Amino acid sequence: MASASVSAAAVAGRKIFGSLRPLRRFPAGLVSRRIWPTDCVDGVGPRLVPDGLASSSSSRCFSAWRASSVTLKSDGDLDVAEVSPFPGARIMYTEDLQFVTETSPSTVPCFRVLSENGEELTKNFSEPDMSMAQKMYEQMVALQVLDSVFYNAQRQGRFGFYATCTGEEALNIACAAALRDNDSVFPQYREPGVLLWRGYRLQEFADHCIGNYQGHGKGRQMSIHYGSNKLHYFTVSSVLATQIPHAVGAAYSLKMENKQRCSVTFFGEGAASEGDFHGAINFAAVLEVPILFICRNNGWAISTPASQQYRGDGIAGRGQAYGVKSIRVDGNDALAVFSAVKAARQLAVENNQPVLLELMTYRVGHHSTSDDSAKYREVAEIRYWSERRDGVARFRKWIESKGWWDGTVDEQLRKDLRTEVIACLAAAEAKEKPPLSDLFSDVYDSLPKSLEEQEKLVRQAVQNCPQMYPADIPL
Amino acid sequence: MALSQGIMAVSVPAAALLSASSSYSAARVQTASSSLPALGSRRGLAVRASSAEQSANFGPSSQKLWTPKITTNAVAAKQEAAASTGAKGPGHELLLYEALREGLEEEMERDPHVCVMGEDVGHYGGSYKVTKGFAEKFGDWRLLDTPIAENSFTGMAVGAAMTGLRPVIEGMNMGFLLLAYNQISNNCGMLHYTSGGQFTIPCVIRGPGGVGRQLGAEHSQRLESYFQSVPGLQMVACSTPYNAKGLMKAAIRSNNPVILFEHVLLYNLKETIPDEDYVCCLEEAEMVRPGKDITILTYSRMRHYVLQAAKTLVNKGYDPEIIDIRSLKPFDMFTIGNSVKKTHKVLIVEECMRTGGIGASLRAAIMENFFDYLDAPIGCLSSQDVPTPYSGPLEELTVVQPHQIITAVENLLAK
Repeated sequence: MASASVSAAAVAGRKIFGSLRPLRRFPAGLVSRRIWPTDCVDGVGPRLVPDGLASSSSSRCFSAWRASSVTLKSDGDLDVAEVSPFPGARIMYTEDLQFVTETSPSTVPCFRVLSENGEELTKNFSEPDMSMAQKMYEQMVALQVLDSVFYNAQRQGRFGFYATCTGEEALNIACAAALRDNDSVFPQYREPGVLLWRGYRLQEFADHCIGNYQGHGKGRQMSIHYGSNKLHYFTVSSVLATQIPHAVGAAYSLKMENKQRCSVTFFGEGAASEGDFHGAINFAAVLEVPILFICRNNGWAISTPASQQYRGDGIAGRGQAYGVKSIRVDGNDALAVFSAVKAARQLAVENNQPVLLELMTYRVGHHSTSDDSAKYREVAEIRYWSERRDGVARFRKWIESKGWWDGTVDEQLRKDLRTEVIACLAAAEAKEKPPLSDLFSDVYDSLPKSLEEQEKLVRQAVQNCPQMYPADIPL
Repeated sequence: MALSQGIMAVSVPAAALLSASSSYSAARVQTASSSLPALGSRRGLAVRASSAEQSANFGPSSQKLWTPKITTNAVAAKQEAAASTGAKGPGHELLLYEALREGLEEEMERDPHVCVMGEDVGHYGGSYKVTKGFAEKFGDWRLLDTPIAENSFTGMAVGAAMTGLRPVIEGMNMGFLLLAYNQISNNCGMLHYTSGGQFTIPCVIRGPGGVGRQLGAEHSQRLESYFQSVPGLQMVACSTPYNAKGLMKAAIRSNNPVILFEHVLLYNLKETIPDEDYVCCLEEAEMVRPGKDITILTYSRMRHYVLQAAKTLVNKGYDPEIIDIRSLKPFDMFTIGNSVKKTHKVLIVEECMRTGGIGASLRAAIMENFFDYLDAPIGCLSSQDVPTPYSGPLEELTVVQPHQIITAVENLLAK
């Protein structure tokens, strides 16, 4: 077995260094040399396995790894290319002074299923059935309408902040459809489609953004920073990439409790520059946990284009460096996204391994309501992506070609949705704001004395000078 | 991070830290009386007895120390009732790091959701051996060795906590947790609130901090001052094996994120602790020595320096009341307040920097609440606002010494 693993390395060595390597003959009498035991993943360390999981490795694998060593027979020579014994990496030696080039000769290709006109270019994809496909399209439209109404409402001053996912609706819904509803999702902020898919009602979106007492965040978190324990959608935190290690921790928890579920995290290509991304993905690979790292590479991080964000082969190109399976997908191709996420999820859950997906797309909208992207990019570029490369339109062409959608109902659908969203917004505004006590509750599991006193002071201040405070805060 | 690997080999005998008697608080404390039993009869920290010290009798006397069931209030005397019978069992003697380990082990046995994450916590047993033997017992999965990415593994623990586990995060040195500040402040402390109470984060963040022996500036951080502002966090500091075990257990059982501050030089402190299961109250201060002349508030390693100084003070005829505040966030204003109302003079002794330290905010809190009871400005002895130097004598100059405590008390009482 030792020689089988070593000769595999020899083959790999030939591929990497491009020349046939002379095999060294070891003298007879070499008794033992520690070679990585076979239960190690790629020979570079023990596999960590929780107690109770069916596996050949025990949870005592660390000591097993230390104890085991392969003894080479002392009789006869062993034809083997010399493998270096460094604990850091099982690698072949070379006498060529050669640098690995900074860019790979071939970048990770981009998987797609549909042409821009919605024609199937391959049969190699998971096809959603008719009802799912119809739901997918309707939800994409709903997301578009939601974004449009809410964005305008913010401009009118009806709430403080909003960020659309314009141009990424197909990505949102296709991802959500490919996951199970109880997979733990750790979003960045441009993935409300996942919530929508799982049943978060339009009224709930409105309540949260308005910040009334019925919003699940109790008016504490910004708009679009949704969270729903019930729908396994973990509350958005504004700081980029903090959710990525959270997702790894959740995956660790899922694996420990042997739940056949996946942890999923979304982030942009800009957030992937954060330290948290690197620490988390590295750790997920070491831990071997069921997690999907889904990067929405939409080309812009506020005003920073991707060309200034990284020099390597995007985010998918990093996967192999961390020992993580990765794929690059056309994020505006809903079927490609659906298929890839579905396949990745299966890999993750069945093999307890992380998978990295880079969904290439374009941020058609501004970063948020605090941004005017025409200041740093060409309007022509925005228009091109919006009019010619829209993922929702592409998907619609496909389902129309399948005979599952009638384009003439589109206008009415949008009108109805628009009316509904506007009504939800108005209803949300009419509801009471969270009570003053919600300023202090949930800081801890129970209200401590210090906060009780601080609440008293606030109440006194409001009672002494009611005209200085908003009238719609219930005391 | 690699530097500190060699540091755990430094083991400081308890005797070097505290020259003579110190004691931990008991469930009941005898009312103030001039005669207290001799050293030998007390359950206290291992001490070198000397005839001179026999006269310096102070501290909690024989008392009803432990009840057979779990003691949720192991702190003295809201009532300061008289003590009654002696302890139920003989107790067992161990070092502070062993007490932490015992507490952690008991909680891990009790609740399978408790897990530990940190660098070298697995088969290495932790840099200070707090998790020694755990990986063999609980497996590699529950004793997770993390790569060197504090922010990331703290984030992982937050995610695991939100999904139902109860992680204990070990920072190899508290100073390294500055790298995890983002996750601790923006997520640990906040997510329960911003999610509208939907997600809880019952994690414990622990590790050694404080000034050690020539560990250099980066390994001598006092992070309690940095974290005290973060809403949503609770902070406690242990100082004896008894409260170390009790606070560890309480922190793990708490549904809030708790930071447990240990001190790098206290790990080898020896004490006899109860055999029975007990938990300390996270929010309560510990009455170490009741008195009437002055209230000395302290925590962590400085407690032992204060006790050392108290020996001399008592010899000189003073009667200091010493409180180990233990709960750094929130402050136990009840115990502290009762003391201030009795003594009217306060001295805070801490290892934090002068500016923005625990002492600074404690002073403000006392002044705000008990101004009318004070007969003098609140004194505060802290370290200077300098990075801790490596050179031994220089380092010693940055840490409050017992003679400074004595002088400060005398000055305050002269007012």
